[in-house]
Amino acid sequence: MTSVIELEQLSVTFGKRPILKSLSGALNGRAIGLLGPNGAGKTTLIHTLLGFHPPTSGTARIFGQDITRDAKQVRSTVGYMPENDSFIAKMSCVQFVRLMAELSGIPARHALERAHEALFYVGLGEARYRPIDSYSLGMKQLAKLAQAIVHGPKLIILDEPTNGLDPPTRSRMIALIRQIRDGGRARILLSSHLLRDVEECCDEILVLKDGYIAANCNLEEERKANRKFIELETRGGNRAGFAEAIGGLGCEYALSGERRIKLIMQEKVEISDLYRLALEHGVQIRRLNFKRDSLEDIFLKAMENGNLPEVSAEVNNGNRIGNGNGRAN
Amino acid sequence: MAVYEHLYAAYEGAPNSARQRFLVIPRYALREVFKSKLLVTFFILCFIYPLVATILVYLHHNANALALLQINVRELLPIDRTFFRTFLEVQGAFALILTVLVAPPLISRDLSNNALPLYLCRPLSRAEYVLGKMAVIVFLLSLVTWIPGLLIFFFQASLAGFAWLWANLWMIWAIFSGSLIWIILLSLLALAVSSFLKWRVVASGALLGLFFVPSAFGEIVNQLFLTRAGSLISLWASMNSIWRGLFGLFVRQSGTIRGKVDSPIYEGQVVNIALLEPPLWASWLIIALVCALCVWLLARKVRAYEVIK
Repeated sequence: MTSVIELEQLSVTFGKRPILKSLSGALNGRAIGLLGPNGAGKTTLIHTLLGFHPPTSGTARIFGQDITRDAKQVRSTVGYMPENDSFIAKMSCVQFVRLMAELSGIPARHALERAHEALFYVGLGEARYRPIDSYSLGMKQLAKLAQAIVHGPKLIILDEPTNGLDPPTRSRMIALIRQIRDGGRARILLSSHLLRDVEECCDEILVLKDGYIAANCNLEEERKANRKFIELETRGGNRAGFAEAIGGLGCEYALSGERRIKLIMQEKVEISDLYRLALEHGVQIRRLNFKRDSLEDIFLKAMENGNLPEVSAEVNNGNRIGNGNGRAN
Repeated sequence: MAVYEHLYAAYEGAPNSARQRFLVIPRYALREVFKSKLLVTFFILCFIYPLVATILVYLHHNANALALLQINVRELLPIDRTFFRTFLEVQGAFALILTVLVAPPLISRDLSNNALPLYLCRPLSRAEYVLGKMAVIVFLLSLVTWIPGLLIFFFQASLAGFAWLWANLWMIWAIFSGSLIWIILLSLLALAVSSFLKWRVVASGALLGLFFVPSAFGEIVNQLFLTRAGSLISLWASMNSIWRGLFGLFVRQSGTIRGKVDSPIYEGQVVNIALLEPPLWASWLIIALVCALCVWLLARKVRAYEVIK
């Protein structure tokens, strides 16, 4: 199956300053989160994918099409919502979105209809005849989303879509992104500083640091893996016997402190088995936690990683950065 | 993506022609341009001289009208190459003012609203974007230069007969190419200025300044040093030379005249005045260089994002 985005030794240099350093990897998620601190190269990567900056070396492919050789085809399959205020002055929103639709290749007679539909879809239906200049920040963000989706692209690139939005508008934006993702007709590349946005919307993340790939992992897989790690807090009874019995089920375990037991669940073992064994050994289970690495943990661990070029090389070989327990190396 | 279904769906119909996609830009821009009453008024004024020229042509061939108005045909301007060159010169001046009114916000407005990424993230190259913006000016200026020029030419041909048409067939090319060169120069200059200056008024002033300041300076040089070389820095003078060349009216004045001059430097002394008008190719070269410079500036400036190195 063709990857959504393939990076092949992609490097971008501005002047003498390297911004992206030999990035390689394949991104296949329905919604891909692009994370990294300021200056990590997120926006440059997006701009390079859109053909705004030529790669110094290497290349990238979107749905198998080369970003330099097939630039126009690539751009006709992509919708882009820029980070900053971007609009065409002295136009009503519907005219603006219609113009964008026509420039994307939709004939004039269909473009107006699509523009109306896109604006209703993002919730600007009632305000669509107003000039964009008069819109609030939240409305402008929604208008930018409308112009990005009006031609029905296969990949929607969203650069900081919730920037400066109030909570209700942010929720609306996140809901729209999730709706598009779940519809399955378009893939999403979401660049954001807000980990919560990425966590709510994305199933795969690419973390950049200093122009290198610091982590690339599938959040769904990470979440599934996290479900295997359990921490029990117990009281009374034969704790050692209980732990040995858990080991007897084939689970690895470790005693921690006076009351805690950490274990890795096996596929055939159910939670009810743990309660049964606890009853047999007179142990009370006071607390049962699925140990879970949040996106923040993954991000921070990726940021702590001091051996980035090797990490990139690992990704090049197709290995995941996460080691199965939800941690980035 | 139906309005009432509120679902996201891709467009599955046939796309518009990729080659003509850049024409979407002038279609929208022209709609905006004609919302200005000032511009519409001036645009109408641009057709007064063609109307006068058409009446002149008509009078030349209508003895009854001449008799009625009691005008001697010899008092009228002859309909020849000078007539059409003058037409081009007058309409060229109108075209310049029209450009000053229309062109400044074309790119600057997109730059100040950060709209370039929106254009260039679509299947539209930077060259097509510039072509689209240029098409706005080319369309408007064509309507006031070569299109009425050729219409008057054919009107004259229809009245004067086939012999006149055959003898002056070359003028079609002169009218068309002379106008086109002026249109290209004006549009490139205007777009280059528009891509550098975000304020409309400043951009309009700068565009006018590009024509008048060098012309004035060139004239001062000509007067002070008793030369014609100063005309080289004047775009208007260079264009005039090209027009004269295209209509076969360019005569390079050269030689030495001895005479008393009123120049501030010579103060009424009797001196040898060397008249050396720049050759025609020098005017072509100046115009070509200015166009090339504008293309280079546009290539540098029209980018989705400016990279500060």
